[in-house]
Amino acid sequence: MKKMLFSLLAICVTAGGFAQNEKYVKAMEQLVPAVDTTRSVDGLTDLANSFERIANAEKTQWLPYYYAAVCLINKANTLYSMQQMDQIDAVMDKAEPLLKKAQELEPENSEIYCAFKMLNTGKMMADPMNRYMTYGPAAAEALEKAKALNPENPRVYLLEGTDKYYTPEQFGGSKEEAKKLFLLSKEKFLVAKPASSITPSWGLPQVMYFLSLQ
Amino acid sequence: MRKGLLLVWVLLFLQAAQAQTSVKGVVKDNKNNPVPGASIAIKDSYDGGTSDSSGKFSFRSTEKGEQLLVVTSIGFKPFEQKIKLEGTPVVLDVQLKQEISEMTAVVISAGTFEASDRKRAAAVLDPIDIVTTASGNGDITGALKTLPGAQQVGESEGLYVRGGTAAETKTFIDGTLVNNFFYSSVPNVAQFGRFSPFIFKGTVFSTGGYSALYGQALSSALILESIDLPDRSSANLGITILSANAGMQHLAKDKKSSWGFDYGYTDLAPAFSIIKQKQEYSKAPTYHNLDANFRVKTSKTGMLKYYGYYSNNKLAFTTPSLDSLGYLDKFGIGTTNIYHNLSWKDNIGKRWKMSAGISYTYNEDNLHSTNQTADKQDVILYNGLELKKFDLNSKGNYFNAKLVFDHKWRGLSAIRFGTEFNTAKEKALFTDYAGTLLHYNLDEHINALFAEADIYATNDLAVKAGLRAEYASLIDKVNVAPRLSVAYKLGKGTQASLAYGVFYQNPERKYFPTGAGNPIGFMSASHFIAQFQRVLNQRSFRAEVFYKKYHHLLKTGIHNYRESALNTTGYGDASGFEFFWRDRKTIKNFDYWISYSFLDTKRDFLNFPFAITPNFAAKHTLSVVTKKFVQKIKTNVNVAYNYSSGRPYYNIQYDGFNYKFNDRGTIPDYHNVSFSLNYLPFIGKKNPKMYGVYVLQVSNIFNIKQTYGYNYSFNGSRKEAIVPPSRMFIFIGAFLSFGVDRSDEVINNGL
Repeated sequence: MKKMLFSLLAICVTAGGFAQNEKYVKAMEQLVPAVDTTRSVDGLTDLANSFERIANAEKTQWLPYYYAAVCLINKANTLYSMQQMDQIDAVMDKAEPLLKKAQELEPENSEIYCAFKMLNTGKMMADPMNRYMTYGPAAAEALEKAKALNPENPRVYLLEGTDKYYTPEQFGGSKEEAKKLFLLSKEKFLVAKPASSITPSWGLPQVMYFLSLQ
Repeated sequence: MRKGLLLVWVLLFLQAAQAQTSVKGVVKDNKNNPVPGASIAIKDSYDGGTSDSSGKFSFRSTEKGEQLLVVTSIGFKPFEQKIKLEGTPVVLDVQLKQEISEMTAVVISAGTFEASDRKRAAAVLDPIDIVTTASGNGDITGALKTLPGAQQVGESEGLYVRGGTAAETKTFIDGTLVNNFFYSSVPNVAQFGRFSPFIFKGTVFSTGGYSALYGQALSSALILESIDLPDRSSANLGITILSANAGMQHLAKDKKSSWGFDYGYTDLAPAFSIIKQKQEYSKAPTYHNLDANFRVKTSKTGMLKYYGYYSNNKLAFTTPSLDSLGYLDKFGIGTTNIYHNLSWKDNIGKRWKMSAGISYTYNEDNLHSTNQTADKQDVILYNGLELKKFDLNSKGNYFNAKLVFDHKWRGLSAIRFGTEFNTAKEKALFTDYAGTLLHYNLDEHINALFAEADIYATNDLAVKAGLRAEYASLIDKVNVAPRLSVAYKLGKGTQASLAYGVFYQNPERKYFPTGAGNPIGFMSASHFIAQFQRVLNQRSFRAEVFYKKYHHLLKTGIHNYRESALNTTGYGDASGFEFFWRDRKTIKNFDYWISYSFLDTKRDFLNFPFAITPNFAAKHTLSVVTKKFVQKIKTNVNVAYNYSSGRPYYNIQYDGFNYKFNDRGTIPDYHNVSFSLNYLPFIGKKNPKMYGVYVLQVSNIFNIKQTYGYNYSFNGSRKEAIVPPSRMFIFIGAFLSFGVDRSDEVINNGL
């Protein structure tokens, strides 16, 4: 009987452990697909808050920190498209420490460098005339690092393509070259095998959107 | 059976654990406005929610027992409350307190224009505006003259602010006073500032009511902050129709220190051979400028900066003499100037910061004045005109030091105190027409103590109160000056501020030694300023009214053939209102600002017979500055229009007993349209090895006649208009940089 109790306890404890991990994965699985589909300010705030709660409860997982930061950067980009320039800095100031925490937990990851690229580009866009000298090179550096760490990362080419797409031709932008990059990104998306259900896999709908424009 | 029971019990327990408690409520701020987008979380759990547009939130939690609810939102302090989750719904209202932060807090902005990249309400200009303002000529003060409060005085250098003279504006670099900010004065030709605008990252231009940290300026303080470490190493080269310069900046591998230097040579002879000058130059202006710097990050928060500057310049010209027809007036000057500035800033202990700075200036002017015959032979004319022949050698040694301690206590509230020393040692040797030598020596030191408190009661209310005490050795007097300003936030991006202050200044040293007379004291001015400001989404509007009362202005008399200090019984006042509007949003890639100033001022000072509107004060001043970036041709197109209504002019003559008007009137209105193009061919190139900008600048493109005032003959019987040396001026240059993008360094410091 005692033995049985012990084994039951053991099962409970391990199950508890598994349950904890299962709970984490389950909670993340519910949120991660929304990264690709959420574009409204309110939606992204809610999503970022949800990721941040998981991040703060887990403390040792880099993914929720990373996703919280990505959602906030996407929120800043939405604010940019609404021409709410004066709100961008506050959102980015919240995203940056989250992304830095993710990097502390996972130092050399292509996805995190992609997010740093997005962060720096977003900050630059809030005031390009005064900031392109500081944030421009920082963004380019981060993207280069992301590419070096994982040349198969489809988001690297999505970001490169987006830059090419929006940069005026006089400044080295090109819709043609952008299309090539989007096609390359699509190719990488189709063969990409995310390590798990919650590792970053977002971006394909954006690629398809850009390709549909041309 | 018992095993079975146990299992059921365990299952029941697990079931119970799954039972959820609903939590809902509203998040509001301290004004009872809903806070949308706030994060509501049960600490260390996944459970929580986000407040909606009306501040409402609701979620269900599987957690049990006593838990900590944490509510956070950007711009607010985190809120924490213990709640019990026992299945019964929890309803709670959350009131968030605003976090007092630089981004959201009200800013004391009365009388202050800031050009910096800081996210502050007073920052209505960007650093780049200083060099992309068409009428600015790449000079720091040129751009500031398009702001309300500053006059369009073109016949001499300096900032004339709100009815004050140029000497009533003082300039500070990294905290310490700068003695020879402009090249030495030349009659009727405004000189440029010595320093390149590119060595500064922040500019604060105060048109009144400034902080107790600064003093000895009755009207205005120009506070400049030098740049920190460069982004990367680079070499640069500039070639213009006036000058050539080359230099480099080296950033250490660990990015903790840097050094650099720059040498520039300017010769205006080629330009003057094409663009006819009013003056006939026997020696066209030439300038050698050498500067060097180092910057060291002494700790995580500490920064040590050095900037050193050496300059040597010469010029000489003749103009037809008004006194004797057929003769010429010759003026020549050679100047050597050395400037060193060393400053150090660091945190010392928790919440304590220290800033220390010292600067040293050596300036030597060799001035030569004479009459010449038509064929350029020196000649002495008599009957008073012999005084036009003289040589003057003046040497000045200036040492300034400042120490400020800063203690932050809560949020943005802080207390600051410190001390400042300014010393001047001047030696002048005057040689008159007969070869008689006259020596003038002057030693002066001014010691100051100051303290100031910033009090932020909330994000919406800020008070700055300061006190400054000074001792000036030259007049052996002490002053105590209170300063007070208040800012209140009326709504998002909208604020009102008030500023009051008393400002003291020594009479200018050039009027010393004094003539016999009453003792000389401090001159003083009291400022009263009220401001309304609205900055929202790339649009800024500012309205300001002010009243300034002058006491104890300097009166002068003739003593030993010199205009020298007599007493400080002068007085005056100035009042007016000003508007500023800037819009970068309405039209894409188009940025413009408009500033308007109304000024009503009178004063009795120097040799004025009684209180009159001084000749440097125009009633109406208007500037329209536009900037358009044309993507297709990678070019910035800048146009500026400056207007000022006619200023009064006077000819005051001494009849042996009194000063009397010999002539007076009003000069015509002033109009100036300037235009500049900055072509940035390398922008957007992938991994370019070289960056650069090509500049074309034309001032007064419509060739409008501009009159600044009148020159009179010695006896006052003949007059001639003071006009710019050339009506129109054209500047062309190329500035290239290797290794780093310095494209925004659009106009060089060569002039």
